[in-house]
Amino acid sequence: MSETCAVRLAGVWKWYRGTAVPAVRDLWLDVRAGELLAILGPSGCGKTTTLRLIAGLERPDTGAIEIGGRVVAGGGRFVPPEERGVGLVFQDYALFPHLTVEENIAFGLRGFARQERARRVQELLALTGLEAFRTRYPHQLSGGQQQRVAIARALAPHPAVLLLDEPFANLDAELRLRMREELRRLLRDVGVTVILVTHDRDEALALADRVAVMLEGTVVQVDTPERVYHEPRTREVARLLGQASFVPARVLGRLGRSDIGSFALEGAEDPTEQVELLLRPRDVVLERHPEGLGVVVDRRFVGAETIYRVLLRCGITVETSQPPSVELAIGERVEVRCNRARVAAFAGDERIGLAALLERLGRTRSADTEAPVAGGTDGAAAS
Amino acid sequence: MTASAGRTTIAHSLLQRWSLAVIRPSEVVALVVASIALVPVLYLGWRALEGGERALASLTHPRTTWLVLRSLGLAVAVAASSALVAFPLAVLTERVAFPGRRWLAILLAVPLAVPSYVMAYAVVAALGPRGTLASLLERSIGLTRLPEVYGFFGAWLTLTLVTYPYTFLALRAALRGLDQAFEEVARTLHAGHWVTFWRVTVPLLGPALLSGMLLTTLYVLSDFGAIAILRYPTLTYSIYNQYRLSFDRSAAAALAVLLVVLSAILLIAERHWQRRAAFYRTVGTRRPPVLHSPGWRSWLGLSLVLLWGSFAIGLPAGMAAFWFLRARSLGEQLPGIGEPLANSLLVGSAAGLVTVALALPVAWTVVRGNGRYVSLVDLPLWIAYGLPGIVLALALVSFSVRFLPWLYQTLPLLIVGYALRFLPEATGILRATLAQQNPRLEEAARTLGLRPWRAWLTVQFPLTLPGIGSAFALVFLTTIKELPVTLLLSPIGFTTLATAVWNATADAFWSHAALPTLLLLGIGVVPMALFSWWQERGAERSNE
Repeated sequence: MSETCAVRLAGVWKWYRGTAVPAVRDLWLDVRAGELLAILGPSGCGKTTTLRLIAGLERPDTGAIEIGGRVVAGGGRFVPPEERGVGLVFQDYALFPHLTVEENIAFGLRGFARQERARRVQELLALTGLEAFRTRYPHQLSGGQQQRVAIARALAPHPAVLLLDEPFANLDAELRLRMREELRRLLRDVGVTVILVTHDRDEALALADRVAVMLEGTVVQVDTPERVYHEPRTREVARLLGQASFVPARVLGRLGRSDIGSFALEGAEDPTEQVELLLRPRDVVLERHPEGLGVVVDRRFVGAETIYRVLLRCGITVETSQPPSVELAIGERVEVRCNRARVAAFAGDERIGLAALLERLGRTRSADTEAPVAGGTDGAAAS
Repeated sequence: MTASAGRTTIAHSLLQRWSLAVIRPSEVVALVVASIALVPVLYLGWRALEGGERALASLTHPRTTWLVLRSLGLAVAVAASSALVAFPLAVLTERVAFPGRRWLAILLAVPLAVPSYVMAYAVVAALGPRGTLASLLERSIGLTRLPEVYGFFGAWLTLTLVTYPYTFLALRAALRGLDQAFEEVARTLHAGHWVTFWRVTVPLLGPALLSGMLLTTLYVLSDFGAIAILRYPTLTYSIYNQYRLSFDRSAAAALAVLLVVLSAILLIAERHWQRRAAFYRTVGTRRPPVLHSPGWRSWLGLSLVLLWGSFAIGLPAGMAAFWFLRARSLGEQLPGIGEPLANSLLVGSAAGLVTVALALPVAWTVVRGNGRYVSLVDLPLWIAYGLPGIVLALALVSFSVRFLPWLYQTLPLLIVGYALRFLPEATGILRATLAQQNPRLEEAARTLGLRPWRAWLTVQFPLTLPGIGSAFALVFLTTIKELPVTLLLSPIGFTTLATAVWNATADAFWSHAALPTLLLLGIGVVPMALFSWWQERGAERSNE
């Protein structure tokens, strides 16, 4: 495992002068060779500092950083940025305003022979589709073109790792989507290890092989996009990754019951009586049903889908997005069914396991829990 | 494990925060320069205190109150007349679509580059006894009595001619920055053109107007050349006289401290109003204002504008040309211009080099340095900025006489004087240049494999070069025009263009001052006109 590790941070702390809280605190992170890792976190969580620590633009106060198996910081060693072999694309691109596109890309190639350098520049111009702009100056380029120059400049000297700091923050919404696709294709072609920092969850989920969620200076969870989205480790991570509803449920032994159905609890060592199930907007199917446990309280048409807010019997309002074929009116009773086999179950702030939903049990059982008698049978079963 | 790591880290970081941080060499230089800038002022203050009773006596003397009142009175009068002239000029050139209005605006701003003593020379050479106008009127209609040019009238006229561009430029910038939306909102609220102008536009221009007037007041208070030539006793003039006529320097020092305090108050007020002016500027997209098509009233206005502009510029140029040509046609022997010109160029370039070399580390520290050093460096610069030239000169004279007699009246001390005088301005330019630069650029160069010094050389230096160039040019040009420091600190017998004009005017040799005046006008006006032309083009381009 360790030889496939491109970048490793081990117990890294960083304090900025005159601040009360550390910018980065006890950070552990392994980045695999060839992967695209996105560091996702709200602004001020220390993700840019992490990137600057890896690039060598900041010194860690404690902890060690390895790049390609070589210790670049820690244990009294500090390798300056120019000797680390990392490419960094700044948020504002930091293109040299006095150099042309070509000269910017060639900037990191001083060690190369003349012909080799020209060949490499040509290669990158072709890769990024900038051949027509080679003699332009940065201020003569659009935002998207500037970004491509910055990426080409960082890639030119064959860095071991490419670091991208909020690469799409300076682009407008439409361009952002297009450049995201373009960047994905480009990086797949190059095959370099990439660490990307962003506060935009859609960006992180769409681009990354793995997402590292960072909160208050430390990495909370590293997982595939699917898993950080559906199986977040904490409630905070769940909220950071998108709209989240938490539906309360009661557990008895390994079995539990909620307004969205019955389930078997998996993975929990010592299950408590009360858990909450994480529902994402697309996890839920709504069906018109006169005895349903939910009532539509709000609907919002947003084009490709309709967003419904459904009040459950337990008092929780679930926000769900439904395909246009679902047409419900405000005030209608609906049955709420989960369309995922497993959802994350939380006790307190932490995820304790997964709830495997047992089909069909949901409506019949929960229908009779409505009557006070049902509560009695429930209690009887418990005893 | 986490907790113990946390504890050691906290201890570590505390240690790092309390111990001395790494001090860069540029910061050391900046601190030294800043302290040198403070020395003369501190010495002057000390000198005034040391003078004790005598200094106090000169401060409480009724004549001092009289001097302060005269100085302030002149300053206020000039500020008022400047504003009165500048307001219509600014509105006409910025809001009415005259052909070539940008050129006109450049022409109107140009008197800013005319040294006050040159304008004073022109005024006395025209209106003074044996002056052009006087002799003309005497010959043609036998009129021998003109209003007395020496005294309040001459000083007021001269300084108005030189300072109105401050208010003019401030107003023009404000008019240009004004969001059209304010005026449009007023129109939708049923306010007519004139009501809108007086109730919305004019109040919005208030801060700019006041800031321009305060700058004018500051200029008048610290002016020495014009006031001395026109013999209107103010604080600066009597500081000079005290220094020259009596050996008691503490009285002069006391007056100088008084002047510094007055200037500081004005400077702080100016800063305050400039900040207020910034509030009125709006962010986001702003449409350029719609220009009024010129009607007969604005054409009338334009002719008045043209008249004023040609008077302000034509007076010094015309007078100098007139006296020069007259001397030529009469075959009068004029003193050689070669030596003062060479001296001027010498001190100008030396001062430019020294000042820029000192300003660079200072600007660097202010822009990129550690918070603590920035405040240490910034304050002395601010104080130096408000220091009238005559005060700085006096401080350097008394300091060097007492402590460095071998340096007194030598070229190096003169250069130091210039450097201290123009350091704030050079630093300002370099600071603006450096502040515009993205610190990420240097980091980008580092991640692309460059050592720190090479990153500086290949990225930072080429980008700073234009700033260095313009700072040098500014110091070079202003040094040549500078009078009080030159007068007090020059080696004996060392004449520059400035002192040549001064000496000839003092002796009423109008023709002797003519050629140096023409050269000084060229040195002042041509770069200024070129610079504003270039700026106007930039403004036009960004509007497109």
